[in-house]
Amino acid sequence: MAVTHFRAPSIIPGFGLTFGFTLFYLSIIVIVPVIGIYIHTFQLDWAAFERIVTGARFQAALRLSFGTSALAALVNVVIGVLVAWVLTRYSFPGRRVLDAIVDLPFALPTAVAGISLTAIYAPTGLIGQLFAPLGIRIAYTPLGILIALIFIGLPFVVRTVQPVLQDFDREVEEASATLGASRLTTIVRVLLPNLVPAILTGFALAFSRAVGEYGSVIFIAGNLPRQTEILPLLIVFRLEEYNYPAAAAIAAVMMTASFVILLLINLIQAWSRRRFGRV
Amino acid sequence: MSDPAARIPAKHPPARRLPATRSAAAPSPRISPTTETRAVQYALIAVVVAILSLFLLVPLATVFTQALRSGLGDYLATFRNPEALAAIRLTLLVAAIAVPCNLIFGIAAAWAIAKYRFPGRTLLVSLIDLPFSISPVVAGLVYILLLGSNSLIGGFLLENFGIRIIFAVPGIVLATILVTFPFIARELIPLMEDQGTGDEEAALSLGANGWQTFLFVTLPNVKWALLYGVLLCNARAMGEFGAVAVLSGKLRGQTVTMPLQVELFYNEYASVAAFSLASLLAGLALVTLIVKSWLEWRYADQIAATGRGH
Amino acid sequence: MELSIRNIRKEFDRFPALHGVSLDIRSGELIALLGPSGSGKTTLLRLIAGLEFPTSGAIFFGEDDASQKTVQERNVGFVFQHYALFRHMTVAENIGFGLKVRPRRLRPSAAQIRRRASELLELVRLPGLENRYPSQLSGGQRQRVALARALAIEPKVLLLDEPFGALDAQVRRDLRRWLREIHETTGHTTVFVTHDQEEALELADRVVVMSQGAIEQVGSADDVYDRPLTPFVYGFIGESSRLPVRVDTGGVWIDDRSLGLAAGDVPDGPAHLFFRPHDVELVEGCGGCIAGVVVSSRRVEATRRVELAVGGDRRIVEIELPADHPAALRSRIAFRPRSWKLFADARAGREACAETV
Repeated sequence: MAVTHFRAPSIIPGFGLTFGFTLFYLSIIVIVPVIGIYIHTFQLDWAAFERIVTGARFQAALRLSFGTSALAALVNVVIGVLVAWVLTRYSFPGRRVLDAIVDLPFALPTAVAGISLTAIYAPTGLIGQLFAPLGIRIAYTPLGILIALIFIGLPFVVRTVQPVLQDFDREVEEASATLGASRLTTIVRVLLPNLVPAILTGFALAFSRAVGEYGSVIFIAGNLPRQTEILPLLIVFRLEEYNYPAAAAIAAVMMTASFVILLLINLIQAWSRRRFGRV
Repeated sequence: MSDPAARIPAKHPPARRLPATRSAAAPSPRISPTTETRAVQYALIAVVVAILSLFLLVPLATVFTQALRSGLGDYLATFRNPEALAAIRLTLLVAAIAVPCNLIFGIAAAWAIAKYRFPGRTLLVSLIDLPFSISPVVAGLVYILLLGSNSLIGGFLLENFGIRIIFAVPGIVLATILVTFPFIARELIPLMEDQGTGDEEAALSLGANGWQTFLFVTLPNVKWALLYGVLLCNARAMGEFGAVAVLSGKLRGQTVTMPLQVELFYNEYASVAAFSLASLLAGLALVTLIVKSWLEWRYADQIAATGRGH
Repeated sequence: MELSIRNIRKEFDRFPALHGVSLDIRSGELIALLGPSGSGKTTLLRLIAGLEFPTSGAIFFGEDDASQKTVQERNVGFVFQHYALFRHMTVAENIGFGLKVRPRRLRPSAAQIRRRASELLELVRLPGLENRYPSQLSGGQRQRVALARALAIEPKVLLLDEPFGALDAQVRRDLRRWLREIHETTGHTTVFVTHDQEEALELADRVVVMSQGAIEQVGSADDVYDRPLTPFVYGFIGESSRLPVRVDTGGVWIDDRSLGLAAGDVPDGPAHLFFRPHDVELVEGCGGCIAGVVVSSRRVEATRRVELAVGGDRRIVEIELPADHPAALRSRIAFRPRSWKLFADARAGREACAETV
């Protein structure tokens, strides 16, 4: 039988059943539909594809989506490292609750987050009204999009950095101190470099989530073409126009970007395993 | 030495070989060298509490305050609205189909991947993670392209059997399955890999058959991780917006799930109704977080402490 | 650098880890802190380094009161049990770290740091490994790099926590000899912690035997082995047999038999007789000896270990016989310890003792 050659021998039964089912389910739910996107895109001729991806509206949405996502992921890195640090290093009343609440953006449906953030940052909202007199509008501007993307990406860096900080050997910090390094030097030169792979991974995850995010953004964005229109929304508009090839083309661009990011994450992790190993 | 300000190390660079600094103002050595001074600790804790409150607690609380803005009566009225009730029913139905499907898949995939060695294993794991990095809108789009009424398969089903998938409940279920696809599998795979095959081999050597081994040995070993995965999968299934939005067609009372109904209410300026319905989803999120934290706290070792970024 | 530890007390959350420990260490000495886990030896080492702070008492480096200094100011070289190398730095960067973080005025140039790292790698016999990362080194190599890193800052004292604890037996033996050589070359005052008595006795100038947060005895290998001051040291260092006895009118008794040993200063009452199982002479008949019935016997290399039940309540004691000596079960064997020590059972105050004269 081919299968017995395919996998390493094992006495545990059920490989054929589970492997077959896994592959079948994966194919119909994920692989075939995803390949469909590229097939639809290739139905366009090159000129049509070029028209879509060089169009001013697409270009603006592309810049907005990737720009705000990158910025939000950067903010998430700063906040995430700080939060992870405080949650792992200090004990204070309410720490457990705070730790649990970090996952709220994972658990809260995006549409709920969207309307809630809009209510807060609208010119009449709780926080929006503080900025309105200064002439700063948050909701319905790119700033509002940024806020929403920071919200949904917040847990990623925290959750990638936290385990590394937790497992970090106290002896290493002590070694640095015995060698004369101040606390600040120890943190900057010894601790932070060890967090880099986790930070990069968290950044990539937050970024990739932000680029694709829809629910929490559309309420707060205002959705003005070329100003506050994000890529996923552009897909929705093309769909509503029954312009499927254009929608597929935009999706293909986004999905290719996701694959590249996914590849990067894997490379980062492989690199960090090679470099740091387990000492 | 009790003045906390005098302990901030940043103001006192390492002064070794400089005996002159040994005055009354010398830094007290009595804090551990692997922690920061009290003042720094309090400042950092305050910053983090402020950030998390602003970014997380305020939005959560706003859902409830907005829902109750014009009193309990208006709040409860939302739940007598037939559209809202239909949305709640549909959401429960979708979750009741999508979660068990992914549960079975998750177990099968974890079994195949964790208990055997075969080429392409890591590729398979990456493919399972793939839906995490696909935009929900794209996830909806793929099914429209594949199964829409003017696609090959969709057209065939519609003409010969009268089955409509896109802009109907089956499409919503499919999209939900896709976006919640990895949750259970990715909780189980690392845990079952850690546990190895020793227990199963022991059971088999004692005469158990494959199903008995699975039911009495493997399943009890992973039950908490399984529950954990189901919890996350369910939360996402009930709350999914983007993927469902593009292929639901938004037929009121028929293909509108709770998150979509929230949007419809909101766009009709029925803000209280939108937030009231949203408060149910926020409540679900809270329950999910509480149970999740409890599981992590109580059964940390049985859920396998792998990175939990989703 | 001389070290003087004066009446150090250390509590963790009110639980005392060290009670009133005092110890003077001479410049250039190699000292072992030896004891079972929980004896406070690592705590004492960390107190010297400044990684912990005493609840009371003081530590002097020469004339300087180090207790008021931070770990950064104390300038100690500390080698951690698990080496604690910086994983993201090369071997050379690890070794140079202590120099690189000095205040600008005291910092050597990058080239000097690099040269110093290479010199130290020569010293620890790992030349040419400058650009490796710690994950590319074996356990023994990591240990040497950790030592080189500690030596790079020209420490006043060198402190090592279970330096060979995580290594294979063969590597341990090699590194032990090598550490002794390094000590002789560099002449640093060195304190290391170990639970391995063989390691402590072989390596150290003086051994500090600790138990339950207190020092039991300080002395050379000969002192602690041949002249143990307390029952703990007698039991902990080398093999020992321990027999409960009674002291009466200046003699040592089991039941109504005199053992023929003089009790010296030990007051009347219950006491314990200690001796080395191999250091006994067999006697025929018995007027003033210890006699018992063989309850078990096993062959250990060139000798035979025999457990005897002594006296009416069959106290078990172990002795070593030549392999060819008959030791059938239930046969009777009489012996007399060649050297021994008698400790009165602990009461308030100091334990009295008597020993072979």
